[in-house]
Amino acid sequence: MATLAVDRKSALRRELESIVGRDGVLSDPDELLVYESDGLTLFRALADFVVFPTCAEHVAAVVRLANREALPFVARGAGTGLSGGCLPAEGGLVISMMRMNRVLEVDYDNQVAVVEPGLVNLHLSWAVGPRGFYYAPDPSSQQACTIGGNIANNSGGPHTLKYGVTVNHVLGLEVVLPDGELVWLGGKTRDALGYDLAGVFVGSEGTFGIATKIAVRILKKPQAVKTVLAVFDQIDQASAAVSAIIARGLVPAAVEMIDQLTIQAVEDAFGCGYPRDAAAALLIELDGLRAGMEAQAERIVAACRESGAREVRTAADEAERQLLWKGRKSAFGAYGRVSPAYMVMDGVIPRTKLPYVLGRVNEIVAAHGLRVGNVFHAGDGNLHPNILYDPRKPGEEARVVAAGAEIMKVCAEVGGSISGEHGIGLEKSDFMPFIFSAADLAFMQSLKAAFNPTGLCNPGKVFPTKKSCVEAGPVAYRPHAIEERGLAQRF
Amino acid sequence: MTMAPVIPGPPATSPAPLALHGLSVEGVNQCVHCGLCLASCPTFSELGTEMDSPRGRIFLIKSLAEGRIGLTDSTVAHLDLCLDCRACETVCPAGVPYGRLIEAARAEIERQRPGGAVRRAFRWLNFGLLLGRPRALRAAAVGLRLYQASGLQALVRRSGIARLLPGTLPAWEALLPSLPPAADRAPLPPLTPALGPRRSRVALLTGCVQSIVFGAHNQATARVLARNGCDVLAPAGQGCCGALNAHGGDHARAIEMAKRTIETFEATGADAVIVNTSGCGAHMKGYGALLAGEPAWAERASRFAGTVQDVAEFLAREPLRGPLAPVPMTVTYHDPCHVVHGQKIRRQPRHLLAQVPGLRVVDLPESDWCCGSAGIYNLTQPEMAGRLLRRKVRNIEATRAEAVVTANPGCILQIEAGLRARSLRVPVLHLVEVLDRAYRHA
Repeated sequence: MATLAVDRKSALRRELESIVGRDGVLSDPDELLVYESDGLTLFRALADFVVFPTCAEHVAAVVRLANREALPFVARGAGTGLSGGCLPAEGGLVISMMRMNRVLEVDYDNQVAVVEPGLVNLHLSWAVGPRGFYYAPDPSSQQACTIGGNIANNSGGPHTLKYGVTVNHVLGLEVVLPDGELVWLGGKTRDALGYDLAGVFVGSEGTFGIATKIAVRILKKPQAVKTVLAVFDQIDQASAAVSAIIARGLVPAAVEMIDQLTIQAVEDAFGCGYPRDAAAALLIELDGLRAGMEAQAERIVAACRESGAREVRTAADEAERQLLWKGRKSAFGAYGRVSPAYMVMDGVIPRTKLPYVLGRVNEIVAAHGLRVGNVFHAGDGNLHPNILYDPRKPGEEARVVAAGAEIMKVCAEVGGSISGEHGIGLEKSDFMPFIFSAADLAFMQSLKAAFNPTGLCNPGKVFPTKKSCVEAGPVAYRPHAIEERGLAQRF
Repeated sequence: MTMAPVIPGPPATSPAPLALHGLSVEGVNQCVHCGLCLASCPTFSELGTEMDSPRGRIFLIKSLAEGRIGLTDSTVAHLDLCLDCRACETVCPAGVPYGRLIEAARAEIERQRPGGAVRRAFRWLNFGLLLGRPRALRAAAVGLRLYQASGLQALVRRSGIARLLPGTLPAWEALLPSLPPAADRAPLPPLTPALGPRRSRVALLTGCVQSIVFGAHNQATARVLARNGCDVLAPAGQGCCGALNAHGGDHARAIEMAKRTIETFEATGADAVIVNTSGCGAHMKGYGALLAGEPAWAERASRFAGTVQDVAEFLAREPLRGPLAPVPMTVTYHDPCHVVHGQKIRRQPRHLLAQVPGLRVVDLPESDWCCGSAGIYNLTQPEMAGRLLRRKVRNIEATRAEAVVTANPGCILQIEAGLRARSLRVPVLHLVEVLDRAYRHA
């Protein structure tokens, strides 16, 4: 609960209004309530204020005020995050970036766009689309999520397989540092000199400051696109097909897997054309030059058939392709048709472990008396088990958290990681010791302290807390799974 | 401003189904908070505040029903600012029945905050008298026609005296439609017989305000349907379908109006009930849900709702019958919210326009984005309505179309007002008027 005394709160409100204007500050209880969660409703916290800056100077002034008053603050975009990363600490400021949503400049010759952080991801592609360009990172929430939020979480998306994640597309950023200073990290060219601070900032989950301008690469739209839907009667066949495709040296732009529960939910939502009786489907996309694409597609079709696909078809036109993608990208929301709430996990595993891990996920969730839907980036082994639950049933939230922790452990044990693209936030902070040693975490803490010495900028995220219901206390060194497998070495 | 304390956390269990004013809002539990609706919401897009987004409003409605918050000034303001355009329903993967939730919330607002005597009288005048009794509406129309034909309106507008009126009255005055002469307001004949081979026997909702302000649309609709082989019945006893009442929180009267509408149209024995206004069509298709709580009516209402069709939806089921004369102009199509979002009719109007020879249709950016009319929203929320209207007009200008085609009287009035304010001479036509023109010149 918010804890500010009434007179201090009204004085602060007046001061915030003097920075961002009267209509730029929220402090009514019902208004703050709406900001208590992001896309993950498992975690809730109330701020004292939500403020709406419209320029970098506003952001800097608000941050300086927060420092003077020792109030925690956190930036928020569209609030579609899935790890509680933009939740306020109890009390303090939420700084909404939604009124900074312009495309500031586009240099088509050099393929660079400079945008504000509140710009919706898809709107950038719309803005540069008429000239034949697009912005490649495409999180499933791209119709609503913001570029600023993508920066915080180093977001991925289905096309990550070929094009990489957000950090591969950011050239530089203007940032308000946690003490209120305004600096540029990186620039607008490919090879900025000095330390790659833009690279350090991307994925720092709002703990290193608040981006106010972002220079990103825009890509020329591919000459040709081909989208293949492969349908399987057993989920293991689909997993095998993923490995078969990659083993043939093919690099599709995307390889997505959707299981039966999820197919049925998205078919109820939009009637996208996935067969309801399939155990699993793969959505595979090729893009690039027209020459040679047909041959590649044939090899993919063959790999799927040899793995046991009962049906493989290619989207006949752009409308069918769009509809298939709409189904894939709306999957999380579609779970609302089968359950009042869900928690999505974001584990990453070696592709070869797919059949084993999917089996374990099902066992773990069933053992906790819950249901799970799977829809994920199979090509790069980025799982998204969505555990369905009803928050109104006593004890279910605790069971979800416990099942989630066990799944994360399995991912770590097979040499994977606890997050591919959703960020650590609040949700996974206590799982960090599954992956990192105490020394690893201490080094990360010292980097955080260099940017954010007071800790007021987005506190309580990324690092494990002592309040943990999973694994508490200081963490002893454990070799990371990839060390044990001899894939990495500590120096 | 009243403030209620926030009770932290949702209750551990929720034994009773969630409801407001006796209307179920269980649909809130379908919202999993994914946020995919945010960017499709016109008010969120303008303001960036999540209480003015679908997800935020659903959360407010849920919190109200759970008793976490009370109905404060602030909560009422955010719920009132909703256009009820239902664009969020189109993008919602979870299928949250948003329109029903906001209607329940508005009914609860009316129950708890009926307002002072002036507001109550105003609502009675509109929802009870004018919409409830066709004859009263006709009498009011005569008065309005007198106000306009006498030159009094021109005088009021020139003098700027309207700006001195209290509350939202200046906005009401500015949007008063210019009433056509009595001939255009004459009721349709009870039967307009089919031309050529008979395809169907349909009944037309001539509407309450529609029949007075846009009688010409009804006449054009009847002619186009007749050209396509329909006997068109226009039952004389019909009144208002109750859509404006339901959208405005006047639930009790909305139920009575629905029952009367069902009785009137059932008696015609028509194969289909054709509607050429967006809010009415969407609302009548929802009669099943509206009357679900009344055992004597539930099934009957569902059956009736199944016969309701928007005029474009009905016509597009078969190719238009010829001959159609060329209509040589460039137009752009604006999707009325309760056609495209409320009834999911997007393809059909474009398909019909494509069959008119010589007509060039250019895409309107944000064509399915509310123009700000939204029933009586432009009267109750003139500021936001004005922002959305200016956005709509900017998009129309960018198309360089010679005319705007749409399919709803509210949108036509609103967009005409917006174009007039920019001194643009771009007519706004109902889809059936374009088809009628092609038939009449053939």
